[in-house]
Amino acid sequence: MLPKAEFVHWWFATGFLIIGLLLLAEAFVGEDAWRRRPWRPYLWPSFAFLMGVLMWPVMVFFTSSTIHMLAHGSWAQVMMLAGAAELGLARGKLHSPYWRLCTALAFVVSGTAFLIHEQNGWLYARSAFLHHLIGWTLVTGAVFPLLRSFRPRAAALQTGFALVFIVLSVSLYCDRDVAPVFGHLSPVAGEPHR
Amino acid sequence: MESHFATEAAAQLRRRSPRAVAVNLIGPVTMLGGVAWAFLQPYRLTFLHPQRQGFWWLLSEPPLYVIVVGLVFALVLAPGLLEDLEEVEDAAEG
Repeated sequence: MLPKAEFVHWWFATGFLIIGLLLLAEAFVGEDAWRRRPWRPYLWPSFAFLMGVLMWPVMVFFTSSTIHMLAHGSWAQVMMLAGAAELGLARGKLHSPYWRLCTALAFVVSGTAFLIHEQNGWLYARSAFLHHLIGWTLVTGAVFPLLRSFRPRAAALQTGFALVFIVLSVSLYCDRDVAPVFGHLSPVAGEPHR
Repeated sequence: MESHFATEAAAQLRRRSPRAVAVNLIGPVTMLGGVAWAFLQPYRLTFLHPQRQGFWWLLSEPPLYVIVVGLVFALVLAPGLLEDLEEVEDAAEG
């Protein structure tokens, strides 16, 4: 018996909330204080990598359509890539700050996958609205990890980067399998539930 | 004795930099968000009315997730981080 899709969205929302709060704290205290404990720089990249790994079972079990499977698979790959690159940088195995571009790539690929795999319009149902919203949030929010690759210590970029994760988390928490959005729900979307 | 502790605590609060205050607020604000959500949608907390709820419904308590994340941040991460921030700021002041 599989969990409902909305449950899985809430679990991933929690993961993104954790990442967002960690990044926000790092932005507030600065890199010097953040790196004072050797385990701390590994925290958010580990969560990102782990969430990429956990996306594989989602891809395998939630096969409502081929395009959903491809979207979940692409998220799994890019989240693991971004997490691994950031882990490599935290460990010192990778030296070039341009490895951070992997995270920008993950944002663009994830956002594009959200936009492409949502076949319905914005006001079809709440999940459709949120897919569009999350897609555009990630595509436009990619500017933060992109610029962060060139200016890794800029607090404003770090804060923006963290806030994208928090917005993503709130959006995923708002997700319901079938629910109206701003009073709109397509009659073919199905029976709404709380 | 008590007033001495109170004076010291107040002085410590006054000394806290805006960055330290911001870090200190992350956990409580997150928890507050979860609590507000729980009050707005109490039916999301299925453990309050567990009859006839399936396993997944009982496992999925999103307002509780938010509260736990805030709590863990405030209790586990924030104290050490504030300590380190204070050390860095003291070092910078010379």
